[in-house]
Amino acid sequence: MRADPDLYDYWPYLKRPKITWPNGARVAFWVAPNIEFYELDPPNNPERKPWARAHPDVVPYSHRDYGNRVGNQRLMAVMARLGVRGSVSLSVAMCDHHPELIAQAAELGWEFFSHGIYNTRYCYQMSEAQERAIIEDSIATVSRATGQRIEGWLAPALTHTERTMDLLAEYGIRYTCDLFQDDQPQPLKVKSGRLISMPYSLEINDVIVYNAYNQTPRAYTQMIKRQFDQLYVEGAESGTVMCIPLHGFLVGQAHRIGPFEEALAYIASHDGVWMATAREIADHYHRHFYDVCLADIERSNAVHASVGNTA
Amino acid sequence: MSLPDDYLRYPKRRHGMDHDLYPWSDLFARKPVRWPNGARVALMVSPAIEFFPLNPSGKPFKAPGSMQTPYPDLRHYSTRDYGNRVGIFRLYRLFAELGIPATVSVNAIICERYPQLLEETLKAGHEIVAQGLHMDALHYGGMDDALEIAQITESLRLLRRYAPIHGWLSPAKSQSAFTLEHLVRNDIRYCMDWAHDELPTRMHTKAGEIIAMPHSVELSDRQLLSEYKHSEDSYVEQLKDAFDWLYAESKTHGGRLLTLPLSGFVTGLPYRINALKEALSYMLKRPGVWPASASAILHAWTESEA
Repeated sequence: MRADPDLYDYWPYLKRPKITWPNGARVAFWVAPNIEFYELDPPNNPERKPWARAHPDVVPYSHRDYGNRVGNQRLMAVMARLGVRGSVSLSVAMCDHHPELIAQAAELGWEFFSHGIYNTRYCYQMSEAQERAIIEDSIATVSRATGQRIEGWLAPALTHTERTMDLLAEYGIRYTCDLFQDDQPQPLKVKSGRLISMPYSLEINDVIVYNAYNQTPRAYTQMIKRQFDQLYVEGAESGTVMCIPLHGFLVGQAHRIGPFEEALAYIASHDGVWMATAREIADHYHRHFYDVCLADIERSNAVHASVGNTA
Repeated sequence: MSLPDDYLRYPKRRHGMDHDLYPWSDLFARKPVRWPNGARVALMVSPAIEFFPLNPSGKPFKAPGSMQTPYPDLRHYSTRDYGNRVGIFRLYRLFAELGIPATVSVNAIICERYPQLLEETLKAGHEIVAQGLHMDALHYGGMDDALEIAQITESLRLLRRYAPIHGWLSPAKSQSAFTLEHLVRNDIRYCMDWAHDELPTRMHTKAGEIIAMPHSVELSDRQLLSEYKHSEDSYVEQLKDAFDWLYAESKTHGGRLLTLPLSGFVTGLPYRINALKEALSYMLKRPGVWPASASAILHAWTESEA
């Protein structure tokens, strides 16, 4: 174990190279519905119990299943109405369990990236072979179901090993949503290939807002609007990224979807917002800003290293 | 430190669910449900009458609402009792005023402890659902099968002396892997523990079919007011928002169902009762809202399915 994950260098939000988005947009905006499958009786991982109660843990299991019967459909309808595409953080086993739902999202032009096989299979203590297996499984499964090559990753239940990022980059994954250190993308330090961190935000993730912060649906609407307003102001100086991560079983509840639609409509009503998918944002960044930003990070490191040396 | 090789074996990775209890179904792709008289939204209010012992064993966990301080926790004991003495009657009075038949889940031990409460509940015309023996007699994975059967049969023996019992709610909504089939064997037709849908759905056990009747986790007064600590104003707003959404959806997708779990010691408090009244009155003012008991709703749902 180490004190610093050594995945990125410190890079203050000051005097960075100016990021520009297509058509002069200030904010690259994306929505990340987590379309997940939680197993009723998964195998145990020594680091984390999937369910608090003994099998069958009826309420949390069935509450999550509600997302795949009711909530995700409601969310899809609302987003389609506002012309907002999703970039799906997908438990790829969903392609086997509920291909009907995946086909519906694909038809809407949504992107899919991997959120592991199931959200009840954790990466803690996985061998390298096992981690490779879930990456290869993800690539093959999503490709078979949708024809899309996955370019992004959000680890299942946010569980990682020290080698996760290196492996993702080796397999050609271009962005990860697992790091929360910034409101702009950043090149990551990996052994091979090119991987960036994609802003995803736990703070305005519905699961945190509802289940950790215990906020009301109207308060969530206000949080989203405030988050957007600030990133919109800052985006005039240099492009920012805003992501709203969602879960159908939470935001798709009848008392929450209306206030959420209001928040989404608010963002959609602004000029200067790039309504994008994560893949599009990552691609734009890789093509135009990866090298420039990496050089700036290295320059910043060199300057401060030399100051440190003379002191 | 490594995981066994079979950690990545997925024996249930297949089309549909990872169990045989119920099939997957998309709410929006089903045959639309028709409620009686063309109603758009069926409304089920469901107060609970519970007994939380002063000396819980906490086996295998303490049910939410249980005693919390060192023994004797008179504070929580009497607070829960307030619900059964005062709060529940405030709720009943409101339901009478608004013409709402309730679906009341009852710990069977109430038959012995407070028979008058049961009699008043029946006199008011409400339906009774069995909620196990009491809040420290849980059903849970790995429990002794004979004990579970005894808990179920004793609960139903006590309650059926008062009224026919067709519905079940497990204390703390906790089940063993065998609860459902034992319920079927004891002539229970519907269970309100499962949260996977907004409309009734059929579940399958070795002993036969049981209906999963919705009983909202997210909109219960305890979730919103006690757990999340939202204000009464927000509680009203969330109930209205849920209703409005379902009401609108019913126009294109058929009958919808709103279920409101309640507790005498939560919404039955003086400062909260009028919040509930405001939300319910708002709904009942709209045409096509059908306040009904679980059995009436299930009867209509079954007819509509046929």
